[in-house]
Amino acid sequence: MAKRILTVDDSKTMRDMVSYTLRKAGFEVNEAEDGKKALAVLAGGRFDLVITDLNMPVMDGITLIRNVRAGSQHRGVPILILTTEADGVKKAEGKAAGATGWLVKPFSPDKLVDVVQRVCP
Amino acid sequence: MNPLAQFRQTYFEECAGLLEEMQAGLEALADGAGDDETLHAVFRCVHSIKGGAGVFGFDALVAFSHLFESLLDQLRDHRVPPNRDVLQVLLHAGDALADIVAAARDDATLPEDFAADVTQSLRALLEGTSAATPAPHTPHPTEASQPGERHRYRIVFTPRTELLERANEPLLLIRQLQRLGDLAVAADTSRLPRLDVMEPEAAYLKWIFTLDTGAAEGSIRDVFEFVEDDCDLTIERVAPASTDAAVAVEAAPPPKGTGEAPIAHTVLAQSIRVDVEKLDRLVNLVGEMVITQAMLTEESQTLPTDRYPSLIKGIEALAQNARELQDSVMAIRAQPVKSVFARMPRVVRDLAASLGKEARIVMTGETTEIDKTVIEQLNDPLTHMIRNALDHGIEPPEERVKAGKLRVGTIHLAAAQRSGRIIIEVSDDGRGIDRDKVLAKARERGLVAPGTQPGDDEIDNLIFLPAFSTAETISNISGRGVGMDVVKRNVQSLGGRIDVTSKFGSGSRFVMSLPLTLAVLDGMVVSVGRQTYIVPLTAIIESLRPKAADIHRVVGRGDVLALRGEYVPLTYLHRCFAIDQAITDPCRGIVTIVQSEGAGRVGLVIDQLLGQQQVVVKSLEANYERVEGISGATILGNGRVALILDVARLNESANGSRSAPANEWFDADALVTA
Repeated sequence: MAKRILTVDDSKTMRDMVSYTLRKAGFEVNEAEDGKKALAVLAGGRFDLVITDLNMPVMDGITLIRNVRAGSQHRGVPILILTTEADGVKKAEGKAAGATGWLVKPFSPDKLVDVVQRVCP
Repeated sequence: MNPLAQFRQTYFEECAGLLEEMQAGLEALADGAGDDETLHAVFRCVHSIKGGAGVFGFDALVAFSHLFESLLDQLRDHRVPPNRDVLQVLLHAGDALADIVAAARDDATLPEDFAADVTQSLRALLEGTSAATPAPHTPHPTEASQPGERHRYRIVFTPRTELLERANEPLLLIRQLQRLGDLAVAADTSRLPRLDVMEPEAAYLKWIFTLDTGAAEGSIRDVFEFVEDDCDLTIERVAPASTDAAVAVEAAPPPKGTGEAPIAHTVLAQSIRVDVEKLDRLVNLVGEMVITQAMLTEESQTLPTDRYPSLIKGIEALAQNARELQDSVMAIRAQPVKSVFARMPRVVRDLAASLGKEARIVMTGETTEIDKTVIEQLNDPLTHMIRNALDHGIEPPEERVKAGKLRVGTIHLAAAQRSGRIIIEVSDDGRGIDRDKVLAKARERGLVAPGTQPGDDEIDNLIFLPAFSTAETISNISGRGVGMDVVKRNVQSLGGRIDVTSKFGSGSRFVMSLPLTLAVLDGMVVSVGRQTYIVPLTAIIESLRPKAADIHRVVGRGDVLALRGEYVPLTYLHRCFAIDQAITDPCRGIVTIVQSEGAGRVGLVIDQLLGQQQVVVKSLEANYERVEGISGATILGNGRVALILDVARLNESANGSRSAPANEWFDADALVTA
């Protein structure tokens, strides 16, 4: 069964690109445009991976991660954060909140699939 | 080619929205109306623009948005004070960013020194905070595995107990290591506690790997990239012979390829983007359907109700559905006026600065929705009205203080929907219209007959006459008397009206009333000879059959109709369009009085009124060519083409060159092909 991934980003371009790339790689992808919507989507089904942007309106990525880790249903789900550059502060913040790993924007499709497969084979 | 290039279009569409939001946020910040959330929002916009830009390789855009974003970040952290100078730089940076996005979109190359001053200012502010910004991180090429000699590495991987809490899975790391070469794995279980004290979610195992690989040490470290802070890791090169593996276990096989199997996916997006052309087509089709339905309804009324009860019921239901469908479709294309309003604060600020005035703009009803066809046409008249209010209405600060007003003038921009039309108001608390001055000027220019005394409203509305300007020193801002008459013309061409009310000394209020859409029009269907025309209902004042005694011939001006003490010039449509077999005597046909700009009322002489109908407007220019006196065409229920009269232009041609055959013969039926 295809693994289900939730991509969370307020940028439609970014969501489209992540979805397209991962669907082509055989994943099933759902989208949410902020942390709050992501939590609602997660509550409605089982996911194998969450990829989230950090800067989002309504609920940012860090808060989303904390909420996921504090819940029961997806507390063990791998979460990748999307950062724009190799920003140590953001990574550490994400990591402290419970992120599994990170993905640096801009990414190539190969890199995205590679990183995703590292945490969600 | 990068397969993600296909998202370029999406990216630029998104950029347009982001830039708009960013501008609005910056305006708010500049006005002191913004808060931390506004700043966050602006940051997010710039951040998103940068994020996408990297994918498409827009390096200039990445570099600039990075600088911009860095300053915004410093502002968020209160390391840069949000003072006037900084806000000014932000506004300029916003403009520059929009230009750079546009250049990227159009594949245009910007000069090397483009926005050099803004870039300089951004850098200067950033350096002031001593927070040296790292250059945008360009993706480093993935380390090429050197096909050189193979080495043996001994890797000791000791997870901290919290490693599992972040959903990192040691098994996956082992699989990745295995891909690098020949791997032997030894698990060290010595840290496992007794079952009664074991934390189910803690990591207790540690591993010792022996890897024979041609890959560089960096590639091995990369495997542990995500866990390096959650473990103790040692990687050392050892002699090939040595082995520490106590228990060698076969690592799990690599995951099977998931293949290209078609997968169902749920789209959770709350909105979708649709090509405007598709929408326009939909609007057109629905319009056509409404017309067909109207025709069916009309036909059905001749049927005996008792013989076809269900048919008639069905047609009634269809009428209801068609109307609702039309409303829904029009709603899809409707946009909030915000997109136009949002540009106005900038207009006010820039202009106030150059005029040495102080003014603020207050906006209400920005969420009011109008069809995009109207929105597109709204910018010019609105900008002009705002400029006019600032230039002629709002007084210089000293003058305001003397008059007992606040130094800062207020311009209020409001939108509301009222009985199927959109009402847009521009009011100011400036000096108002000086009626004496306006009247004096109007008399001087012969716009008001000597000896007559127009009412207050009439005087106020004189400012809409062409070539009327009372600005004592003609400024290049509201223009040389090409002011309100142009606004009025614009508004009228949209099928709207504009009026002004003013109180001398305390301000003016301009009220525009516009149709909600330009795609459909309420029209009066009239006939002239064999031809059918549509007169926009908004233009019609009344229709009547005059008595012979009321028709007078005025030398050089043609026929006029005496109507309640006023003389209304007559325009014979059959002459305008060279139609034979039409009624030429107004006393046997109908005179429809229409309101026309400039010359006031005009009587159109037609054969008869056929009825009122909503019609779908088709562009004549797009489908045929521009015809004087005609604003568009439509297809009637019976399939025939009817032309929509441009009442204003008709009047012009009638007064201007009556003798010249400007109104060429034009047969609407010739438009119907096959």
